Amino acid sequence: MPPLTLVFEQLLNGVQFGVMLFLMAAGLTLVFGIMNFVNLAHGSFYMIGAYLTLAAVQWSGNYIAGVVLGLAGTLLVGMLVEVVALRTLYARDHLDHVLATFGLILFFNELVAIIWGRTLLDFPRPEWLRGHVEIFAGSRYPFYRAVVILVGLAVGAGLWYVVTRTRLGMLIRAGASNRTMIAALGVNVRLLYTVVFGFGCALAGLAGLMAGPIYAVLPGMGEMILIQVFVVIVIGGLGSIRGAFVGALLVGIVDTLGRAFLRPLLATMISPTAADSAGPALASMLIYLLMALVLAVRPEGLFPSRGR
Amino acid sequence: MRTKLFAVAVAALFAASPALAQQKLKIGFITTLSGPLGVIGKHMKDSVELALDHLNRKVGGLETEVVYGDDQAKPDVGLQVAKEMMQKDNVDIVAGIIWSNVMLAVVPAVTETGRIMVGTNAGASPLAGAQCNERYFSTSWNNDQSPEALGKYMQDQGINDVYVLAPNYQAGKDMVAGFKRYYKGRIVDEVYTRFGQTDYQAEITQLRSKSPKAVFVFYPGGMGIQFLKQYSEAGLRGTYPLYSVFTVDEISIPAIKHAALGQYEARFWSPDLKVPASQKYVADFQKKYGHLPVFYGAQSYDGILLIDSAVRAVKGKVKDTKGMIAAMRKANYDSIRGKFTFNVNHHPIQNFYLLKAVAGPAGKDPVLEIQQTVFKNHKDAYYKDCKMKW
Repeated sequence: MPPLTLVFEQLLNGVQFGVMLFLMAAGLTLVFGIMNFVNLAHGSFYMIGAYLTLAAVQWSGNYIAGVVLGLAGTLLVGMLVEVVALRTLYARDHLDHVLATFGLILFFNELVAIIWGRTLLDFPRPEWLRGHVEIFAGSRYPFYRAVVILVGLAVGAGLWYVVTRTRLGMLIRAGASNRTMIAALGVNVRLLYTVVFGFGCALAGLAGLMAGPIYAVLPGMGEMILIQVFVVIVIGGLGSIRGAFVGALLVGIVDTLGRAFLRPLLATMISPTAADSAGPALASMLIYLLMALVLAVRPEGLFPSRGR
Repeated sequence: MRTKLFAVAVAALFAASPALAQQKLKIGFITTLSGPLGVIGKHMKDSVELALDHLNRKVGGLETEVVYGDDQAKPDVGLQVAKEMMQKDNVDIVAGIIWSNVMLAVVPAVTETGRIMVGTNAGASPLAGAQCNERYFSTSWNNDQSPEALGKYMQDQGINDVYVLAPNYQAGKDMVAGFKRYYKGRIVDEVYTRFGQTDYQAEITQLRSKSPKAVFVFYPGGMGIQFLKQYSEAGLRGTYPLYSVFTVDEISIPAIKHAALGQYEARFWSPDLKVPASQKYVADFQKKYGHLPVFYGAQSYDGILLIDSAVRAVKGKVKDTKGMIAAMRKANYDSIRGKFTFNVNHHPIQNFYLLKAVAGPAGKDPVLEIQQTVFKNHKDAYYKDCKMKW
């Protein structure tokens, strides 16, 4: 039995990973739930968020200003893409969405490679985000990751407030349930779509800019996380923000605890050499097994959105 | 009309006697040029171009054209690119290739056509052992050799309680096997992570709970950058010394900067190697491209020079494969690693060094510096399985 402090620290790691997944999944599931649009290029906005913020931080010399500019920039790029490229695709089926947005992935990866080069870039953390926090005696948790958890939870709370308590949220929910009806009631659905899409992109950009200092900033960085994000959405239920939140935390925690404790746990049951080969393989499958399990019990996901 | 007829006759004569000296040499160079790993291919391509500059664009005295192919780091694509080069572009020699799995797919396809293949990175063990081939030469190493050097160094230092981390795929297991061939001390734990994993916080937390004396890792490409950043962020750099292979290099250092400081690597070459051919390569590479070269590039530069030496020796008769092979076996050129000989399996017998990332010039990134020679004239562990005789 591993010590409790270790389990707790791994739980925190899981929550931190889950929070990142949530930021990505929230935008993707919003776009899918409201616009019924499959956006494979969501990872590109994660990448754009990281690159734009890095450029803005270097240009302004101030981290906060860079973050604000980077987010605004990702929002604008997202809205621009929606207006220029995606608007004409809504009437078509999902296969066309997949094809077109796959093209966007290639386009953005090359564009970023042309502007910033293929070399991996260093995204330094500002001085005040370095160091460690001591949550209890003997544990050293990176301060930056603690901040990521707090920001993610705050965004989650903010999203909940916007969706359930504001007029915009009401329109979003109405659009998800019946878009023909709200269009008939005089709501500018086109504008609503552009705003929602840009907003979803900005959330992905936020995940990307927070990931920059932890992971590597490189062309194609978004695709590395995208598969797990799709798992989150399928588990949580397509189109549901609440589902994305629960699904993300579930995937984050299961994946992290699996990587940390599955092999030692197996070693107590089967021979250590067998555990050595089975442990890592099983740990990397764990979230897909979880997805299969959820789909078997609740084919619509944990929190299916009501309108669909 | 008469001149045209004459030209056709001459052309027919040339076609009929392939062992005649050629006017032009075509080399097919395969590497990864697109995607996140394209940065490695760029270094290799840039180095090939620099080699051509140094040879006045004439490899072995022949007018030379290099056809570049992008394997996208996939064996099937690499094979397709190689076939296209041989059939459509009619290349005389194929070179390059970063990944072992691509190499294993391409080598048989090239050598069975009678062409020579010069591998400039991947060091798949079968090709050094049972599947060695008289038409396949390597200007790099066998995969196991660098971890062997690191294992030997750590063994000699009496370092005990090592924590081992590597991605869960063939090369990851091979590197650990190579490490353990020479390191005989205690291993605290051996952890294999998902290939392409981006977040290592869970593994780092586990590692810290075990308090090892040292850590051995193999994390190539982007995985290494992420691991090193997170290792440094967790405050472990300096607490648990890190020994790695194919993880800290001139491509990853600009992305991790100070997080590289103090890390150990083992390698057959480093930009600071005091060999005239290497110093010329490094200086001219920096002049032309504005940054330091990396070993992937050095090996590729070396590959072109090896081809040059052989084409010169056969006086341009590239189709004389026997003569080419005999000339290549002599390794009669100024290699960036210094004078060396080929083992019976066409893999270099060479030195391996311990490198350490130290502070660079003021305001610049850290640089790798040779600390000591771990192996002198080191042979790989597989050559005895190679049945070639020469």
